[in-house]
Amino acid sequence: MTTLIERVASRFPDAVASSHAWRGDETVVLRREGLIEAARFVKEDPDLAMNFLMDLSAVDYSAFGKGPAPAFFSSSGVAVRPTPNIPDEDPWPGPPSSERFAVVYHFFSTTHKHRLRFVVPVGEDEPEVDSLVTLWPGANWLEREVWDLFGIRFKGHPDLRRILMYEEFEGHPLRKDYPVNKRQPLIGPVN
Amino acid sequence: MPEHASFLTSRLNEALGWARKYSIFQYPFVTACCGMEYMATACSHYDVDRFGAGFPRFSPRQADVLFVVGTISHKMAPVLKRIHDQMAEPKWVVAFGVCTCTGGFYDNYATVMGIDTILPVDVYIPGCPPRPEMVLDGLMKLQDKIHEEHRTGERPAPEERPETLDA
Amino acid sequence: MPIEQSTTTTTLHESGLATKDMLLNIGPAHPAMHGIVRIIARLEGEEIEEVDVEIGYLHRGFEKMSENVDYNGVIPYTDRLNYVSPLINNMGYCMTVEKLLGITVPERCHYVRVIVSEISRISDHLTCVGATAMELGAFTVFLYMIKAREFLWELVEKVTGARLTVSYCRVGGVKGDLPDEFVEPCRAAFKETRKVLDEARGLLERNRIFTDRMNGTGIISAEDAIGYGITGPFLRASGSDYDVRKDCPYAIYDRIDFDVPIGSEGDNMDRFLVRMEEMEQSMRIVEAAFEQMPPGPVMVDPGTGRPIPAAEMVDLAKMGNIAAITGGCAIAGPTLEGSSRAHYPSTATDEKRAFLPPKEDAYGNIEGLMQQFKLVMMGHGIRGPLGEVYFAVEGANGELGFYVVSDGRGHAYRVRVRPPCFAIMSALPELLVGDMVADIIPTFGSVNMIGGELDR
Repeated sequence: MTTLIERVASRFPDAVASSHAWRGDETVVLRREGLIEAARFVKEDPDLAMNFLMDLSAVDYSAFGKGPAPAFFSSSGVAVRPTPNIPDEDPWPGPPSSERFAVVYHFFSTTHKHRLRFVVPVGEDEPEVDSLVTLWPGANWLEREVWDLFGIRFKGHPDLRRILMYEEFEGHPLRKDYPVNKRQPLIGPVN
Repeated sequence: MPEHASFLTSRLNEALGWARKYSIFQYPFVTACCGMEYMATACSHYDVDRFGAGFPRFSPRQADVLFVVGTISHKMAPVLKRIHDQMAEPKWVVAFGVCTCTGGFYDNYATVMGIDTILPVDVYIPGCPPRPEMVLDGLMKLQDKIHEEHRTGERPAPEERPETLDA
Repeated sequence: MPIEQSTTTTTLHESGLATKDMLLNIGPAHPAMHGIVRIIARLEGEEIEEVDVEIGYLHRGFEKMSENVDYNGVIPYTDRLNYVSPLINNMGYCMTVEKLLGITVPERCHYVRVIVSEISRISDHLTCVGATAMELGAFTVFLYMIKAREFLWELVEKVTGARLTVSYCRVGGVKGDLPDEFVEPCRAAFKETRKVLDEARGLLERNRIFTDRMNGTGIISAEDAIGYGITGPFLRASGSDYDVRKDCPYAIYDRIDFDVPIGSEGDNMDRFLVRMEEMEQSMRIVEAAFEQMPPGPVMVDPGTGRPIPAAEMVDLAKMGNIAAITGGCAIAGPTLEGSSRAHYPSTATDEKRAFLPPKEDAYGNIEGLMQQFKLVMMGHGIRGPLGEVYFAVEGANGELGFYVVSDGRGHAYRVRVRPPCFAIMSALPELLVGDMVADIIPTFGSVNMIGGELDR
C-alpha cells in the first residue's frame, strides 16, 4: 500500500519539496504555487478523501534554535530518548525551508481515518498563500486568525481582517520578534 | 438642627445602610473561567441568596455592584469601562479572581494587568478561581463597607493599588 | 462579512407600508449570551438576514505564553482553555508532549486520565445543557444541573485538590493516584447525577416551550458541518459518527465498550439529546474503567529506593549517618494528593529523569527535591528532540488537537491548539441566517461557546 505522502508526491512531483513521517505524522512540504491544487486533490481523491480541514495555523521559524543558551551548564537538562514502540527511525528533517514562515494544514479523513499535514513555507517579503475558503468554508476564520497573529495574507480570502485582536492593534503578536508583554491599550489608566 | 434630630438622621442612615447591604443587586460581568465558580456560588450548594445578593441584574442601570468575573483583555476593557460608567451611583466594584486583581499569570500583550488600572475597585477576591467560600467572604467584606459608609456618612476610599504592581 | 449600517434597505410592501431592515447588536456583554461574543444581525422583521460574529474578547495569548514557559509550565494554562472540562485539556496537551518526547506512560495512568476526563466531560455537558435551558426560561434545570456538577466537582477535588483549575496531568503521568476511597463516592455521585438527568429529562423533553424552541432551529447538515470543521456532539447531532475516541482511539478507549449517540436532524433538539446521552455513556466508560483498572504506578518513576520513615531519615542525617540513608527514599506521612500510597514501585520507560517526581518525593527526600528543582528551572528541564507533532483527543466540544513544534530547548517553540468551538462559531452565521431572532438563544446555547477555548 502506498503511503499518503507517495500518493501526493507522485501526483504533484513539482509542488512537493520534501516530506517526512516523523512520529507517524505524515507531512508534505509543498511549494505555495501547488497548494490549492494539492488541497483539492486530497479532498476529492477517493483514496485520500480528506473531508476535514482540521487545523490551519502557522509557525514563525525565524528564531528556531536561536534561543539563549541554558542557564548554567550546557549539560543540564534532559534529552529524552524515545521508547521503541513509537516510530522514530529517521530524525526530523528540521524546519521546512529557509523561509521565515510556514503555514501548517492538518487534514483528516472520516472515511479512512487518516491524517495528513501540509506545510507551506512562506517568505517574509511576500507573506501570501492561496486561500482554501472555496474548498472548506471553515478555512475562513482560521485564515483570518493566521493573518491576525502572524501577518500572513491569504489570496482570494473574502474578508481578511483581524479576528482575535482589535483593529487598532499594530503588529502581529505571534511573530517571534513581537515582545510577549508589549501592550497596546485601548483606554488609559483611571485618573 | 437640634441634637436629637441629628441623632435620628444618623440612626436612619444606619438603618438604610443595613437595608442596603442585604439587598445587593449585582451585575455579573462574566468573561472567563471564574464564571464557573460564580455559577457555583450563585446556585443551590453555596446559595449567595442567603446574603441578600441572589438576584443578578444583567442591566448596568439596575445594578449597584459590578462583579468583574474573569480576565479582562484590552479588547474588552472599553466595554467594561462603559458598563461601569452606565451604572448609577451609589455603585461598588468587586474584582473576582486573580486576573481582575492583578492580571494573574497572563502577563502578555493581550490582557489588562488588573482592572484597578481602569476602574476603582472596592473589594478584591483573589484566587484562580476563588472558591465559593472565598467569594462569600468577599461579599461580606463588601457589606461591611456599605454599612460603614452609611454609619460614617463618607465613602471608604477604594482599595489602594500596591506600589509594586505599577512597576 | 462585516455589516455596514448603509446596507440596510427599505422595502415597500403592497399594503403601502414601508419596512426597513434593522441592525441588532447583541453583546459582547449581554444577558442572554453566556460568554463574551458579539453578534451583529441584520433583521428583516423578525427574520435574520445576515450575521457577523465578532470574537476575541477573551484573547489571553495562550500560544504566546506557551512559548515562554517550560513543558510542564504550560499545563496550568491548558486548564484555562476549556475551563469547564480542564482535565481533558490537560490530558490532550500531556499526550501531545509525550508523543513528541516519545515516551509511554504506565497503564494505570491511562485509566486514571480517562476516568477524570470523562468526569470532566459530564460536568461540561451539564453546564452546557443547564445554561441553554436557563436561557430558554427553565431556571430550575440549571439549578439542578449545577447541583449535579457540584457532586462531580467534589470528586475532582478529592483527586486533584482543586475544583476547577486542576493541573492534574503531568508530562509522563498524573500528579498522584486516585484516593483510596474513590470508587464508592464516584458511584454515589453518578447516582445523584443520573437522578438529576432524569429530572431534567422530565422537565424538558415534553416541555412545550423548550421543545418548540429547540426543534427545527439551528439546522446544519453533516456535510456542511464537516466543511466547517465541526466535530464533537455538534457534528454527531447532524448524523456523522466521528468521535476521536472511537475513530482514532487513544489511551485505553479501544478497550472500553461504549456507544456514540448520533442525531438525525442536526437541530438544537438533537444536540441536546446527544449531549444528554453522552453523559450517560461517559458514566458507563468510568464504570467500565473501574472494572478494568490495573494496579501499578501512575507516573514514570524517577527511581526507587529503600523506604525510610521521614522522621528517622532526619535523625540519621542529623547524626551525620549519611551512609544509612543513601539510596533511601523518605516515606512522608499522609500524602499531599489524597493518596496514602507512599511511593510508586516500578517504572515504564528507560528515561526516568524527565518527569516531575511525585509530591512525596519532592518534599520527602533530596533526590526528589533536586529533580523537581532541576525540572522547573529555566534551561534545566526537559529538552525535547527537534520535531513537530499533532495529537488530538476528544474534548467536550469536539476534536481538541495540539500541535507542538520543538527546537530542542527547554520549552516548546510553538504550541497551537485546535479549539473545537472555534469551528462551530465560524459556522454560526450559517446556522442563524433564515431563523428568527429568538432562535439565536437556543442555537448559541447549543454551540457551547467557551471563551477560553475560542479566543485562547
